[in-house]
Amino acid sequence: MPFTATYPIIVTNTTLTLAWRNIWRHPRRTLLTIAAMVFADVLLVFMLGLQLGQYQMMIDNTLSLFSGQMQVQAKDYLDEPQMYRTIANADPLADKIRQETGLQAVSPRAYGFALASSEKRTIGVQVTGVDPAFEDRVSTIPGLIEKGRFLSSISANEAVIGSTLANNLKIAIGDELTLMGSGKDGSIAATVLPVVGIFNSGNRDLDRQMMEMPLGSFRDVFAMGNDAHSIIIAGNRNMADVYSLKIDGLIKENRNLRLHDWETLLPGLKQAIQADFFSAWIMYALLIILVAFSMLNTMLMSVLERTHEFGILLALGVRHGKLGRIILTESFVLAFTGMTVGVLAGALLTYYFSINGISFPGMEEMGARFNIPPVITPEVSLRTVLPGPLAVLIATVFASIYPIWHMRKLRPIEALQAA
Amino acid sequence: MSTDKQNISWSIVFRIAWRNLWRNHRRSLIMLSAIALGLWGMIWMTALMRGVVDQMIDSSIKTLSGHIQIHAPGYLDDPSIEYLVPSLDKSPALQSLLESDDVVAWSQRIRVPAVIRSERDVLAVTLVGIDPAREKGLSFIGDSVTEGDYLTSVNDKKLLVGKKLLERLETKLDRRVVLMSQDPENNIAERGFRISGMFDTDLEATETGYVFAGLETVRKMLDMGPGISEISLLGHDYRELDGLLDKTRSSAPDADVRTWIEKDPYMGSMLAVMDGFVLVWFAVIFLALSFGLVNTLLMAVFERTREIGLVQALGMKSRNILFMVLIESIIMLLIGLAAGNILSWLTILPLKDGIDVSSVAAGMEFAGMSSTLLPAVKWPDVLLANALVLVLGIAASLFPAWRASRKVPIEAITRVWQ
Repeated sequence: MPFTATYPIIVTNTTLTLAWRNIWRHPRRTLLTIAAMVFADVLLVFMLGLQLGQYQMMIDNTLSLFSGQMQVQAKDYLDEPQMYRTIANADPLADKIRQETGLQAVSPRAYGFALASSEKRTIGVQVTGVDPAFEDRVSTIPGLIEKGRFLSSISANEAVIGSTLANNLKIAIGDELTLMGSGKDGSIAATVLPVVGIFNSGNRDLDRQMMEMPLGSFRDVFAMGNDAHSIIIAGNRNMADVYSLKIDGLIKENRNLRLHDWETLLPGLKQAIQADFFSAWIMYALLIILVAFSMLNTMLMSVLERTHEFGILLALGVRHGKLGRIILTESFVLAFTGMTVGVLAGALLTYYFSINGISFPGMEEMGARFNIPPVITPEVSLRTVLPGPLAVLIATVFASIYPIWHMRKLRPIEALQAA
Repeated sequence: MSTDKQNISWSIVFRIAWRNLWRNHRRSLIMLSAIALGLWGMIWMTALMRGVVDQMIDSSIKTLSGHIQIHAPGYLDDPSIEYLVPSLDKSPALQSLLESDDVVAWSQRIRVPAVIRSERDVLAVTLVGIDPAREKGLSFIGDSVTEGDYLTSVNDKKLLVGKKLLERLETKLDRRVVLMSQDPENNIAERGFRISGMFDTDLEATETGYVFAGLETVRKMLDMGPGISEISLLGHDYRELDGLLDKTRSSAPDADVRTWIEKDPYMGSMLAVMDGFVLVWFAVIFLALSFGLVNTLLMAVFERTREIGLVQALGMKSRNILFMVLIESIIMLLIGLAAGNILSWLTILPLKDGIDVSSVAAGMEFAGMSSTLLPAVKWPDVLLANALVLVLGIAASLFPAWRASRKVPIEAITRVWQ
């Protein structure tokens, strides 16, 4: 009975040895099959790295421009941004969030709409009240000032505006803008502000419509008291879960408040990524299936040409199951060799481009639209390097099921008679 | 005997190739399916991608752009009432071009930045004064009013508002809203409008960005003289606009005349990116196929080493053997291609009404697409895919064929397949 304990190990060893030798009986065929897998692997590793690298940049650049990682808002403000849906006493809450999370990138904002008139023009603008002390930590706009400077303090009487808007209003630094709008309580909100800076964010909508002014003066003009419309929180995206747990704890007792993550704030961004990812995987799947066909052919050939040999083995008393295991092992070894080479080659190629960057014709226009720089640096990590080659491995090993099933029908005598 | 090697007739070479192909029918069928699947992937995926780009371009052209636009110089940098094109009765050359066969549709508009106010909210929009009849077939507004009534004439005093804007303003059809803009003297011009209809488009930005009223009504509201902001026109083909562009420029020499590509470089670059994508995708699929193709043929040649030696000893020229293998490969490629084309046709036909992808509508909108995908089969793509697989497939078979023809008879016969 000790026999049974060691038996499986012997089987495994001979199976592996036999499989390895069988594979290399036709070096050319084997190499071509491996080449097909390596080709697919390299392509998949590279493309996936490119895609994820691109998504990362799209998300980071879009979020860092204006919207932040997450926002606290009044309950229905996201769906229906009406001026009266505010966060009461926003500043102490922002302070609490800073203490609780240890983040400094927490900044309250208020939004309004007004008619801005220069000497020559009148245009409707989106007015944002920001806290200059914290705004540069949650948004890149303060750093994108093209002319002049950003807002100096929370109660200063001044404004910065987008470059297209400045163009359309025909104003320069130092010129005054008259604002006319309505406040939170429905009263008329009016003020005159000198423009101290002009920003160029590269985002068409922001540059065309937006004006930022200090939160303190905004509250005075628009009768906001100590309220704000949202509190922007930025920080390391990998820590988002930790932050949102802590912030949820803070706002839990106030039923009027909600915490939104970026997926909720910008559903379009997330879905654009999903749609792109999905359509890419359809293409990858097709590529993988084609490689699996290649493998299927190779394994079928290698089984068919050994009909006679299998006949001898069957006549000697080797079970069909053992033969099946040998074939399965062969295909696995073949696929695994392909995967190893493919992963290494793919990772090296992608790594090269992640250092040097990559650019396509037409990228500049696309980049401007999706907030990505014209040069992409692909990502090299386990999640970009492994899924593609693993899918190829699984598909190719699956492809050997047909040859095994075919072999199972072999009877020793008939097989021996085969040429 | 070996001295009088002869050219065997083509029909025999063809027959041998055909029989050879089906000696191992499993292997050939697998390869055939791979070729068919590869071609299907090329055609289907390209049709889908082309469809997406076509729709984006169509939607961009219909969003008031047209194929060619005529503005006063300076308007595009500063779209205000200050920059006007003289009205058409002052430029007979342009008028006759617009009425000619080169132009499929055209219209004139007044287009100014404005502010819209309801009882509940105030928002910035672009007010467009249109000639309602002319917009049909030219821009989206002609056929996207889903509730209420479309405008009847240039003097119509009502307003068309987008669905999303209506929600934002918290107002309804037949309610009144106030529009404010600037007249030529830089004074605020104000006018109340009753909302006559609601339009519904794929893109939310379009629904919130524009409101439409009769051209002459807007002219009166802004207290302006003759002149218009823009003329938009459609030619026959959005890709072939050079001729029409030249004619338009010469008949409107003082105006700023641009094509949709110049106005929307993103879309123009999308076209170029698509052409590049199609080539890369074809190359990738073909490469994935070629490994299997070369492998299959090599196997077929190697296992026939002895008989190839035999027919050579019997007097078959090596050129005939080369052709024999090549024809075997060509037959395989042709059958595979035929199957692939049929498969593509069968899978694209049921989708001609579009694929519903509204589950990711916001994402499609983010990328400027609509939530229905319409595959667009372009014959050049289909031809290219077929030609590529056939030509490169034959090229890939040259090596196995050459290997087969190179065998020395005696060695080949005595050699035992290891």
